[in-house]
Amino acid sequence: MKFGVVIFPGSNCDYDTFFVLKNGLRQETVFLWHKDHDLRGVDCVVLPGGFSYGDYLRSGAIARFSPLMQEVREFADRGGSVLGICNGFQVLLELGLLPGAMLRNKNLKFLCQYVHLRVDNPETRFTRRTRRGQILRIPIAHFDGHYFSPPETLRDLEEHGQVVFRYVDEKGKPTEAANVNGSAAGIAGLINRRGNVLGMMPHPERASEALLGSEDGRLIFESLVQP
Amino acid sequence: MRVRILVSFKESVLDPQGQTVKNALLTLGYGFVKDVRQGKVFEIALDGITEEQARRAIPEIADKVLANPIIEKFTWEILTEQKKV
Amino acid sequence: MIDPKLLADHNLTLEEYKRIVSLVGREPNITELGIFSLMWSEHCSYKSSRAFLKKLPTKGKHVIQGPGENAGIIDIGGGLAVVFKIESHNHPSFIEPFQGAATGVGGILRDIFTMGARPIALLDSLRFGPLDNPRNRAIMDGVVAGISSYGNSIGVPTVGGEVYFDDCYSKNPLVNVFCLGLVEKDKIFYAKAEGVGNPVLYVGSKTGRDGIHGATMASAEFGKETEQKRPNVQVGDPFKEKLLLEACLEVMDKGLIVGIQDMGAAGLTCSTAEMPAKSGTGISINLDLVPQREEGMTPYEIMLSESQERMLLVAKKENVTEVQKIFAKWDLDAVDIGEVTAGRNLRVSFCGETVVDVPVDAVVNLCPVYRRPSRKPAYLQAVQKLDLPPLAGDLGAALLKVIASPIIADKEWVFRQYDHMVQTNTALLPGADAAVLRVKGQKRALAMTLDGNALYCYLDPRTGGAIAVAEACRNLACVGARPIGVTNCLNFGNPEKPEIMWQFKKVIEGMTEACRIFEIPVTGGNVSFYNDTEGLSIHPTPVLGIVGLIGDVDRLIGPGFKEEGDAVVLLGENRDELGGSEYLRAIHGLEKGRPPGIDLEREKAVQEVCIQAIASGLVRSAHDISEGGLAVCAAESCILGRTEIGCVLDLEDKARPDALLFGEAQSRILISASGTHLSKLLDLAAEKGVPAKVIGRAGGKELVIRQSGRDVVRLPVHRLFLAWKNALPEALSVR
Repeated sequence: MKFGVVIFPGSNCDYDTFFVLKNGLRQETVFLWHKDHDLRGVDCVVLPGGFSYGDYLRSGAIARFSPLMQEVREFADRGGSVLGICNGFQVLLELGLLPGAMLRNKNLKFLCQYVHLRVDNPETRFTRRTRRGQILRIPIAHFDGHYFSPPETLRDLEEHGQVVFRYVDEKGKPTEAANVNGSAAGIAGLINRRGNVLGMMPHPERASEALLGSEDGRLIFESLVQP
Repeated sequence: MRVRILVSFKESVLDPQGQTVKNALLTLGYGFVKDVRQGKVFEIALDGITEEQARRAIPEIADKVLANPIIEKFTWEILTEQKKV
Repeated sequence: MIDPKLLADHNLTLEEYKRIVSLVGREPNITELGIFSLMWSEHCSYKSSRAFLKKLPTKGKHVIQGPGENAGIIDIGGGLAVVFKIESHNHPSFIEPFQGAATGVGGILRDIFTMGARPIALLDSLRFGPLDNPRNRAIMDGVVAGISSYGNSIGVPTVGGEVYFDDCYSKNPLVNVFCLGLVEKDKIFYAKAEGVGNPVLYVGSKTGRDGIHGATMASAEFGKETEQKRPNVQVGDPFKEKLLLEACLEVMDKGLIVGIQDMGAAGLTCSTAEMPAKSGTGISINLDLVPQREEGMTPYEIMLSESQERMLLVAKKENVTEVQKIFAKWDLDAVDIGEVTAGRNLRVSFCGETVVDVPVDAVVNLCPVYRRPSRKPAYLQAVQKLDLPPLAGDLGAALLKVIASPIIADKEWVFRQYDHMVQTNTALLPGADAAVLRVKGQKRALAMTLDGNALYCYLDPRTGGAIAVAEACRNLACVGARPIGVTNCLNFGNPEKPEIMWQFKKVIEGMTEACRIFEIPVTGGNVSFYNDTEGLSIHPTPVLGIVGLIGDVDRLIGPGFKEEGDAVVLLGENRDELGGSEYLRAIHGLEKGRPPGIDLEREKAVQEVCIQAIASGLVRSAHDISEGGLAVCAAESCILGRTEIGCVLDLEDKARPDALLFGEAQSRILISASGTHLSKLLDLAAEKGVPAKVIGRAGGKELVIRQSGRDVVRLPVHRLFLAWKNALPEALSVR
């Protein structure tokens, strides 16, 4: 499978994601430059974490206007796989490829820590290597990860199984304490109705090697690669 | 020509920054403070368009770029030169 | 034109002024005076410290670059080198905590990538006044948020450091920022201006009036008046710096430039003077071409501005277009503002007139060096005398209190605001004895630590200086790393006071001796004097940044116990030393006594045993015994593993129970090991002449410490955990 990792000015998890895909999963991986119009024939586009354009307006708000994003939108419309991680998720929301918006974390501080995620939908191309209810230990690192959607959108998301990951405690309970950023319905990861665009705040690329403390994130990349 | 655009959270969206400021004001003894909403101000200098055109362009810019309509609303005004300081 | 007030405003003495006149050969104009005042400030010239810093050992077979460049460089083998440095941003952080700390991070990052290295780790040493004062809480809140905002955005992980509290920092907080970068040995760049006729390129943010006289501000005592110098504070733009970082590394990687220097403190002045001074050339620039953010700036303002995120490059003539293309790719301009000249002067023109024409050597190298008088301070005798207070009744209660002292308590509130995992090299999370980063594609790993016990230095500067080095090395030993290089940030009061100078001299003596015995080179550092506010000086505060190498990252261990039933071994010896302890401060409110003594040869042997034991896989955990003594170390070992594991320690010792539990005798490490490896571990220690004794066993849910068969502490581990965990958030959430 061929992966393309997008570089926006201010992306800073681009190399980390590239490293896991290339060295960890041994997949063909290329960088995609935000000013280009060329997706270089990739099968999956990854929008990595970071602070695109400094996040000075709103997280992900300016990156969405990059020339390459037009191609990404068309690619997604054709059913291509798009994975947005952290800032990448924020870009997907701003692009409107996923519903909702991000607010500042409920404690108004940047949060970098391991969290527990429960897999609520293992039947996606991003999660087929996981089980329903499986608990994944993956770190977050963000200031604006407090997911917001109006109630009717939330209802809709739940009805269609679009909530893929939820913040829970280590036993799998969705408690208020475990929902560290205050996201609506504890949402940590969302997929579009069609099932080809996933956005998640936690960083699977930071949890793909035993040396770094967890390999749970690798399951997401492996799910994509699995024939 | 200069315009000022004010972007703030919609009433339905929690504004924890505003809440924090409000709590701070209350602890400082300003008991009459009822609510605080925090927002962003953009001051934009325009050149080469008429006021008429500006009146069409500004809401477009605000809606498309400066505010995220899912969570934010905006108001705007054209600043008269005296206000420029 | 030169009157005493003007000189005073520029922090120059009359003698210094006369020297300038003779070096320039005439009276300097105002812009030239400004240039000298910046470059001859304590901050830039090290005029009071230079003579003493020379004593520190700087040589070693792996040293590629010692003091004198933007940062030190050590060869780590495999074609790679590490570039590292520490800088203080104390005064700006007091005036505007958020931006002061943020721009401190921005500055140190530029020092590292200026040399061609990609920054891979940040650590900070932060010191604040006690948290019961709302002002101190606000300063801490702002400083942590500022570091977080800059480091997180640019994508360099903040992997460790220390946070320390003492009343002496209430009006003079310390913010020392350390950065380490990785570079291929053949791609190192220096601040050179070689090749007459080569163009001088200005890149990065536009120049505004920010921070004019920041360096001279850092070279004067704080008073009510300085506090109002707010406009001086620079605002950081981490996004711009990220672009600058990528663009600079790209032009360096392609070998398109000759030399490069960042414009930090002293801005354009510093870079245009230092680069030619190092290369035996001159520089000529035209200020009309310098990108400016504000209108009507004078040459004085442009030359002295400390606007952030700017660099000066000297490019090969034929490469200018290519360089500009790369900067344009990153949405940055590279503006040709002048050229390298044969004459050894800095010449600056503005609106067609020459406004500066001074010899670069005079500006950079000929600042007077002072051997300021020193005198042993009178306070020492009083503070060293310690009448031990009567024994506290319940030592378990004392332990709960000591472990909740903000110096010792969990710092998660701080480090979870920092992205400490970006770049995916962080092998040990913050909170361990040292930060550990793997080197991608290699078996080896890098360890680093920032440390310094200012109270020890206050009570006995020489011993304190030696312990600062020893303890930082011990932190590295606990993760199995052997030290390879040192940088230091020396934070002191006003050097014009003889007592401060004496402290400075003694601390350096102690550090020098320790570095010699550990055979580690000092590759650079920073001196921050004038940490006095309203006449009160901070404790002498050397902060040591030491980098180490781990042979095999797969052998990495942490501080927490791992398995029930493991033996708990004390490397080193307990001694009856309570002076300068955190226990005395937290329980009895005393900053008194003599700090613990240190035998540096013994220290080295203890560390060697620990390093070898870890490398041979004989050890499951190792934790340094420092602030809070054996009891705190044992409690932390119970807490810091993946799960809480208790332990029972049986001590045979006649010492006063509180001295045994909380004394901070040096050269001790608490280790846990499985039964199968125990005899090998003890043999290894015996071979090196290091006392090692099984003092207990890990397991259960309680921490039990017995002295001569009698329980002196018996506490549920979870209770200790909660006291340790909640202390800082509670102290900070008071309204």
